[in-house]
Amino acid sequence: MHVRRTPSWALPEREVTPEALYLNRRAVLAAMAAVGASPAAASTDPEKLARIATRRTHDAGEPPTPLADVAGYNNFYEFGLDKGDPARNAGTLRPSPWTVRVGGLVKSPLTLDVDRYIARAPWEERIYRFRCVEGWSMVIPWVGVPFASLVRAVEPLGSAKYVAFRTLADREQMPGLRLPVLDWPYREGLRLDEAMHELTLLAVGVYGRRLPNQNGAPIRLVVPWKYGFKSVKSIVAIDFVETQPETSWNMATPREYGFYANVNPNVDHPRWSQARERRIGEFRRRETLLFNGYPEVAGLYAGMDLKRFF
Amino acid sequence: MPQIPLLRAAAHGVMAMPLVLLLWGWAELLAWNPGSRMLTAEPVAYTHNALGLAALRALLASLSCTPLRRLTGWGGVMALRRLFGLWAFAYGAMHLLFFLFAELDWSLPALAAETAKRPFILAGMVAFLAMAPLAATSTAAAIRWLGARRWQALHRLAYVAGVAACVHFLLRVKGFQWEPWLYLGGLALLLLVRLVPRGRRALRTS
Repeated sequence: MHVRRTPSWALPEREVTPEALYLNRRAVLAAMAAVGASPAAASTDPEKLARIATRRTHDAGEPPTPLADVAGYNNFYEFGLDKGDPARNAGTLRPSPWTVRVGGLVKSPLTLDVDRYIARAPWEERIYRFRCVEGWSMVIPWVGVPFASLVRAVEPLGSAKYVAFRTLADREQMPGLRLPVLDWPYREGLRLDEAMHELTLLAVGVYGRRLPNQNGAPIRLVVPWKYGFKSVKSIVAIDFVETQPETSWNMATPREYGFYANVNPNVDHPRWSQARERRIGEFRRRETLLFNGYPEVAGLYAGMDLKRFF
Repeated sequence: MPQIPLLRAAAHGVMAMPLVLLLWGWAELLAWNPGSRMLTAEPVAYTHNALGLAALRALLASLSCTPLRRLTGWGGVMALRRLFGLWAFAYGAMHLLFFLFAELDWSLPALAAETAKRPFILAGMVAFLAMAPLAATSTAAAIRWLGARRWQALHRLAYVAGVAACVHFLLRVKGFQWEPWLYLGGLALLLLVRLVPRGRRALRTS
């Protein structure tokens, strides 16, 4: 017999706000703003965000990049193209309340209430290397849980082979959506076995606190052996699907950004070498490591031509 | 005209600004404030981009002198054309040298390999190499030596440099971005204006 156990942080159907009311929230927020009660006031200042209790389970063994850089040097095109734009502009994002719809080919679809989730899940601190496809890298102490725990909660059907992620796309909260730099909303995806890998993290914080808006508040993915653009931010929907989902950068420039996007010093970006990277805070470039120094994922790609499936 | 030296001094000041800011940023970073974010979290990349953008802007400024004179009828602006052009070459040279230093460890074979392999670097090299002979023949003596007609023909390379520099920028960015297209659009405008017959000037000199 199949016993369905609803996780405590899943929003029961009766509590899921109908979209019309949800959108009406804007009027409420406008009224709040009018009286000077901005709910997002502190969300770009990492020092003012709520703390989350964690236990450390992973350490990259390298000194973490200073918080000022982690929360001040970001690619989040929904808030502008300059690396400093997200920290400047993301104050308009409202990360609470926030729900993530998890569905598709699963036995138990659910709506995840992020505030409840943060209050209840057993959070881990994992210090991971983070390598941007542009050739710079950081070391970041994330707060998260293995994404696999969410996968187990929704019980994917046998037909589910991939996981598709979608970022919020609200012009009101994200001024960068006016730019046609990508086909919004931002979409990303993983093969189911990649998503289930122990290293794949569903993150809600950095440096022991909730995520600053510019880092993808309130909930994002972290896939440390892939280029940063795979680690999709501010997630609103997760779908289990049968075929490889469309992903934003691959749609924009398929020649340059593959679906897999594994960090690989032997496969150049067509316009620049990926052999070396500049760690933020260092002057000289250092060697880039295969799978960003996480050889334990190599088994996922056994027998695959990594130059072809880049 | 007494205002010309003043104008030239002001133009030098504007052109030097990006360099002064970069030097200040590096001095701050290296000498007294290692935590400085004036040059962002990635000062090397920032410096590289800032030098390239300064070169492109100076080049467009230089290419806008002739259209400005045509539009306003004021010849004083021509006193700035060479000044802008030389700044463009200087920033272009710094941009290239910085690339060689910070990314290629001064390896000329590596530069040749990158140029052959990557179209956007080839475009940048074309822009720089097109500007080099113009900088070398920027003196009055060079004009006399070449003869005005040949000198003018040679200096049409500035158009090649402008197009190549814009293409270099365009090929560099990720995704679809407006900024390089704005520069290319500006350049196209500056070049198209030159095709308009010079009715007014003909009228005045007759």
